[in-house]
Amino acid sequence: MSQTDSPLPRSRAKAARHSLSGSLERMLPRLVIAPSLAVALFFVYGYMLWTFVLSLTDSGMLPQYDFIGFAQYARLFANERWNVAATNLVVFGGLFIILCLFLGLMLAILLDQRIRQEGALRTIYLYPMALSLIVTGVVWRWILNPGLGVESLVRSWGFEDFTFDWLVNPDMAIYALVMAAVWQASGFVMALFLAGLRSIDDNLFKAAALDGASLPKVYWRIVIPCLRPVVFSAVMILAHIAIKSFDLVMALTGGGPGYATDLPATFMYTYTFTRGEIGLGSASAIMMLCGVLAILVPYLYSELRGNKHG
Amino acid sequence: MDNVIRRRTPGARMLRAGLYALLMVMALVYLLPLVVMLLTSLKPLEEIRAGGLLSLPDSLTFAAWLKAWGSACTGTRCEGLSGYFMNSVSIVVPAVAISTLMGALNGYALTKWRFRGANLCFALLLFGCFIPFQVVLMPMAQTLGWLGLASSTSGLVLVHVVYGIAFTTLFFRNYYVSIPDEMIAAAKLDGAGFFRIFWRILLPISGPIITVSVIWQFTQIWNDFLFGVAFAGFGSQPVTVALNNLVNTSTGVKEYNVDMAGALIAALPTLVVYVVAGKYFVRGLTAGSVKG
Amino acid sequence: MKTIHALAAGALLAAAVGQAHAAEIEVLHWWTSGGEAKAANMLKQKLEAKGHTWKDFAVAGGGGDSAMTVLKSRAISGNPPAVAQIKGPLIQEWGDMGFLGNIDKIAKEENWDSFLTPQLAAYNKVDGHYAAVPVNIHRINWLWANPDVLEKAGIDDVPKTWDEFFADAKKIREAGFIPLAHGGQPWQDATVFEVVMMGIGGGDFYRKAFVELDPEALTSDTMIESLKTFKKLRSTMDDNIAGRDWNIATSMVINGKAAMQIMGDWAKGEFTAAGLTAGEDYLCEAAPMTEHMFSYNVDSFAMFKIDDEGKQQAQQDLASLILSKDFQTTFNKAKGSIPVRLDVPLDSFDKCAKASRKAFDAASEGNGLVPSLAHGMAVSASVQGAVFDVITNFFNDPEMSAETAAKRLASAVRAAS
Repeated sequence: MSQTDSPLPRSRAKAARHSLSGSLERMLPRLVIAPSLAVALFFVYGYMLWTFVLSLTDSGMLPQYDFIGFAQYARLFANERWNVAATNLVVFGGLFIILCLFLGLMLAILLDQRIRQEGALRTIYLYPMALSLIVTGVVWRWILNPGLGVESLVRSWGFEDFTFDWLVNPDMAIYALVMAAVWQASGFVMALFLAGLRSIDDNLFKAAALDGASLPKVYWRIVIPCLRPVVFSAVMILAHIAIKSFDLVMALTGGGPGYATDLPATFMYTYTFTRGEIGLGSASAIMMLCGVLAILVPYLYSELRGNKHG
Repeated sequence: MDNVIRRRTPGARMLRAGLYALLMVMALVYLLPLVVMLLTSLKPLEEIRAGGLLSLPDSLTFAAWLKAWGSACTGTRCEGLSGYFMNSVSIVVPAVAISTLMGALNGYALTKWRFRGANLCFALLLFGCFIPFQVVLMPMAQTLGWLGLASSTSGLVLVHVVYGIAFTTLFFRNYYVSIPDEMIAAAKLDGAGFFRIFWRILLPISGPIITVSVIWQFTQIWNDFLFGVAFAGFGSQPVTVALNNLVNTSTGVKEYNVDMAGALIAALPTLVVYVVAGKYFVRGLTAGSVKG
Repeated sequence: MKTIHALAAGALLAAAVGQAHAAEIEVLHWWTSGGEAKAANMLKQKLEAKGHTWKDFAVAGGGGDSAMTVLKSRAISGNPPAVAQIKGPLIQEWGDMGFLGNIDKIAKEENWDSFLTPQLAAYNKVDGHYAAVPVNIHRINWLWANPDVLEKAGIDDVPKTWDEFFADAKKIREAGFIPLAHGGQPWQDATVFEVVMMGIGGGDFYRKAFVELDPEALTSDTMIESLKTFKKLRSTMDDNIAGRDWNIATSMVINGKAAMQIMGDWAKGEFTAAGLTAGEDYLCEAAPMTEHMFSYNVDSFAMFKIDDEGKQQAQQDLASLILSKDFQTTFNKAKGSIPVRLDVPLDSFDKCAKASRKAFDAASEGNGLVPSLAHGMAVSASVQGAVFDVITNFFNDPEMSAETAAKRLASAVRAAS
């Protein structure tokens, strides 16, 4: 940290020397940040605190302040649906991130081969990001529904035994969610990787080719390691999408069959708003925020430490 | 690098054909939902009721589009989605502009004027990206009430700016980090001040990242439903809320062709942005924001 | 109970006098499409004819769930709408928190107590004062059937008991049709379950289990039998029920892919839209064993507390309009329900509506008039949600036994209430 701050005195001194209102000038950067920081302190941290306070109460339909300690947390952990939702997030989040990375990287590498019509293809892969799942949820429901969509289509081609019933199978429905989510986000990951690939020096390829390395080897040994920071950004963005996944579940399965596809975000919303259990809903929100912290802290740690050289 | 890939052996040519085939197949898969929506929106309702949702239409009709745009009921108002477009625009434009500008200034202050605690500031801001929006609904309602902004367009703009700053700051910070400090140091030596440096040096080279920020924010805010439904008042409901009213009927008759046409109409602005500006999006990402 | 009171006829006139205070009122509702939207629009026009302005705040989704979220957000921000569509026990909860106003004046003037069933009127009162106005009565325990399919399967009459039902289901299956159309969403699962349970257990049992939430009733043999029958119904459905909307299920009956569906009488809208006639092209009968039962779902508009006198007048005028015979007739015809006023004649209604009124009268004389849990009329939202969780999970989990489900039902209800 001290290293990060070291350029400061120097630039400050220079600024002071060359500016008439040196002290104001010195304060300016902080003044510029101040509103955003104040906003964050209030609208993010203040609200989190408020949510935490509510999680200690027995609030029902509207907030009230009869404190009951950590009883809501006890109820939460005893709630089977919460356990399903939390487990689902691990499965869903994990698969979603891995598949998006894989697919995104693959598409990016393929597109980076001087493809004709690259622009059009790129747009096609990217467009799902532009659509809200409120819009596409219904269509996905049709496509994944065995009686209406892909299964019936393939069967009508004569493959009578073809089965694709993920959406209606409680054990598989979470994978149907993964599929739609990957469809939506993988294009964005592709764009990130494509950007990363474009910023890699062409000479790397040439040098590797001179050494006689095969193309897959070049990618595996040289290119992909160069993309590490991209992977990192992508994982962060994907993780945040996974944690916030709400529209997806609401539009595609509504949490069903049963509550097999419930995620923490939908759990929190359902209890807080639909079921009028603000106390329990707030407790689940706090647990979610703890999860976010667990992801974010290591990221920030490495991110900010990396800045020493930046 | 083309000399690596395009060795003109038959094997390489086969490989290339396979490459195109793979890309095309993937493109078809990605396009499928859009195609289904488009086909459905062009079918008459009887045809949808009668049979397969994935089948090609026997007869094409644009009636559903006209209805979704101009005459479908979204409550007691039967003016289609057309009336809600301006509501969305008047939320999106200021929200995108303000959050992008603030993000740019923040990113600039955080990277080029590193002050004590800058990293902590950034870390604190970044957390805002991750807070699930459902969590903030209730406290936000209370706050907007206090501020006298409940059920107003300004209230919605405020909400979107508040939760957009984290992202825009992240984008700009990562972009500005990669810009050499020497440029700034030289300007400082010449006596240029904080805003002058921003205006004259950084802003002119920020085109790519502004594009990224604008596209991201535009998509997020245009597609927002949760804030729109909770905090909009009479007359300021965005188009997504109207679309939901159109599509989501509890005990009414579903007109899938109108639903799909409405969905496509509501999605059109973001689709256009992606098609037109998608190129710059990748370019903007290339220019720095991915060097996390 | 069916006595017609002349007073009501004069109500419109009486209300029209109040024109001096014209006001703007915001109305939050979830009737956004089709016949419902048309009916809401009619109400709006009538209100505006009285000089008031109706500011429409429609939020669709989840059978009013989204609208409730918005209402909470508006209430917390200190800016609730003047009028909001709220249902069942929720009206009481809002009233207890002091949000609702008082429309006794118009209720007395028009003598509402004379033409509303006390059991239904009670939902709309807070501490004995009217705070809301009911609009319609939906019956939940209907069995909709396609007569052509039944005929092709060699079935003369709609099944009256569950044994008959399963026997018929077998014939229908053999004839190549789906016996029961269903959509696998929690509320639909719960709808079917409560219909099964009220048939097997009867009115008193239903009330014990689903209104009083008596743990003994919840784990009783009757409950276990109901659960078993319910689960058995799974075998009479197709494999693709998950997440299906109710109206898709209805269209399966319309198209002749499926023979029957258990659903509230809003399903009629789908049949009507397909150009079918009640009693001829499709049948509406009480679900098996529920002939003497009537499980109801009643929509209401609650009036929020406002200081402005003009707005209060507008609230009362709206209430009066909603209960006017004219509106009751047109609206309920469009919605598939029957008028909440018992003195509105049903001559111009279809066969199903007439049957519904008859069932309502019979059930309220006996002990068969029960609130639907699946439609938020019986218990608080948290208990309802807890019941949904157990029911829908039991239905979708081939491994879970009825005994386990009953135990879980009791413990989930205890945890939520």
